[in-house]
Amino acid sequence: MPLAVELRGLKKHYHHGDVPAVDGVDIATEEGEYLVLLGPSGCGKTTLLRTVAGLEEPTEGEVLIGGNVVNGLPPRARQVAMVFQSYALYPHKSVLDNIVFPLKATKMPKQERRQRARWAADLLGIGQLLARKPRQLSGGERQRVALARALVREPSVFLLDEPLSNLDAKLRAIARDELKQFQSRLGTTTIYVTHDQAEAMGLGDRIAVMYAGKVRQLGAPREVYDDPADTFVATFLGSPPMNLVRRGDRLVGFRPESFLPADAVDGDNALSAQFDVARIEYLSGDRHIYGTVRGIGEETRVIARLPATVSAPIDAGEAQEFRVLERDLRFFDAETGKRAAAQPVGT
Amino acid sequence: MAPVDEAVGTARPRATIADRSGLLAPLFLLPAVVYIVALVALPFLLALAFAFSDVTAGDPSFDWVGLRNFEAIFDDPVFWRSLQNTLVFTVIAMVLIVVLAKALAMILVADFRFKRLVRFFVLLPWTTPIALAAVAWLWMLDSIYSPIDWVLRNLGLLDGNLYWLGRDNLAMASVIAVHVWRIVPLAAVIIMAGLISIPKDITDAAEIDGAGFWRRLWEITIPLNLPVIAVATLFGAILTFTDMTVVYILTRGGPANATQVLPSYAFFKGIGGGDLAQGAAIALFLFPLLLAATVAVLRAVRRLETF
Repeated sequence: MPLAVELRGLKKHYHHGDVPAVDGVDIATEEGEYLVLLGPSGCGKTTLLRTVAGLEEPTEGEVLIGGNVVNGLPPRARQVAMVFQSYALYPHKSVLDNIVFPLKATKMPKQERRQRARWAADLLGIGQLLARKPRQLSGGERQRVALARALVREPSVFLLDEPLSNLDAKLRAIARDELKQFQSRLGTTTIYVTHDQAEAMGLGDRIAVMYAGKVRQLGAPREVYDDPADTFVATFLGSPPMNLVRRGDRLVGFRPESFLPADAVDGDNALSAQFDVARIEYLSGDRHIYGTVRGIGEETRVIARLPATVSAPIDAGEAQEFRVLERDLRFFDAETGKRAAAQPVGT
Repeated sequence: MAPVDEAVGTARPRATIADRSGLLAPLFLLPAVVYIVALVALPFLLALAFAFSDVTAGDPSFDWVGLRNFEAIFDDPVFWRSLQNTLVFTVIAMVLIVVLAKALAMILVADFRFKRLVRFFVLLPWTTPIALAAVAWLWMLDSIYSPIDWVLRNLGLLDGNLYWLGRDNLAMASVIAVHVWRIVPLAAVIIMAGLISIPKDITDAAEIDGAGFWRRLWEITIPLNLPVIAVATLFGAILTFTDMTVVYILTRGGPANATQVLPSYAFFKGIGGGDLAQGAAIALFLFPLLLAATVAVLRAVRRLETF
């Protein structure tokens, strides 16, 4: 049965560090939710996950699983399963013994244990690998074994720590798709840690964007992308990230894909600006155009991303009129970086 | 364009002696080879030759006598006693060493205050010259002044004295205890190095998978640590099997050969008694046993290494 995880005022200090790894985090998942913790390395997301697992004790605050405070309980009492970045397969055990291992703690009879392990292995399509040792497996197969080992005892909460980062790009896209299908089939509450925004956007029901031990924003993928709470979230998400142009005490933000040649932007409430094109990159059908924008605020280097459907000829070195719809503008306080009220940006 | 030619001429790359691996390899190996030949191979061949001769300290001339020395030691009940003692000594000491060293290693990798200080103290027995340490133990186990007896007497557990080194079994136990005390730190440090090399993710995963301390120990840590434990065992066994310092200083093989081991008996026969030939023949008995043990452990290590 899926259980909800809740963190209340969670802080974690390590003995030797003055800077807290986790600095006051409040998150509550729903039952069966897929929550992604997204942030750059060192932002505390893995520490947070290990605290939920029971591998670390929080310095302050509470961890609740299924409504019960589990602080001080060892991992085995928490009904959680975890997949590590390194997979952490037991190298001296066969695939079958790896998958069976978590069941041994449940005092299940041997015959039943093997049946369950086979069920989990077949679910992940590794039924033919049961006799092998981890060293005889490819990266993708190891990842499946790690998943099978995690799900074999049907935990209430899945904790995944960058499970795809050791796969090559092609395999990663396939594995991401499978992972998502999988979770929706099992319906287990999942907390997924990653630094890869594509994984976060693709997998998460909600995303918690973390930086320096704090959650900067928690929301659905669309929400954190379209309505970033501050400039960190705005520039961490998106590829290329949101453009920020200083205007008085505000920063005006707009996504590269909303900044288009004047002809390609319909609508009355659009802001025009002169764009001095410096360089053009052609990336998987899109044109990424680097240049300097004038007329929105201070002159700033920005990037425009033109989809393949916009065919207007653009050359490096020329100045063009570009437009962005006013509803696509986001405003931030230039001092704090926090989201600020919209203000008119007339020319 | 003379200057250019000149520049090219001076800049032409030339192989120095550092590039000639064909010459360097034997050159660098030479000291080790000389050392092994002079201090291991030659004495070993000499011992082999002596074992089939009638060389004594008084008459060093070499005469071939065939298997006479071996017949003599097979008829010698002290030889059989020594062989038996050696095996008992080695097996009991090694079991204790491996178990204690493993436990100690696990304590040493744990995180606690004064960890470095404790590690330092733990290593001290190994760094003390064994001759000095054994003399200290001689007093600890003294028939009259033993502090151990004194403590037991004051706790009311003992009347009089135990005579540690004066009774057969107690003497053997004393020799084993001192030897274990000496080798455990070395074995613990070797095993500790192995423990540290086990990825933390793997023990974490086992913890998440619901394994308690004992199951993590038996199913994860020990199997992954086994190659290193095997190496520590090999070192320990060779040091134990060939050791005569502890026996020599504590008991001289006594009482009545109760703690006589092959190395000490070979020493007493060959050097003490002057019968170099018989001493060599006794010492040779260590060789096949050591060889077998070494091969067995190295094979175990190789099998385990292929994770």
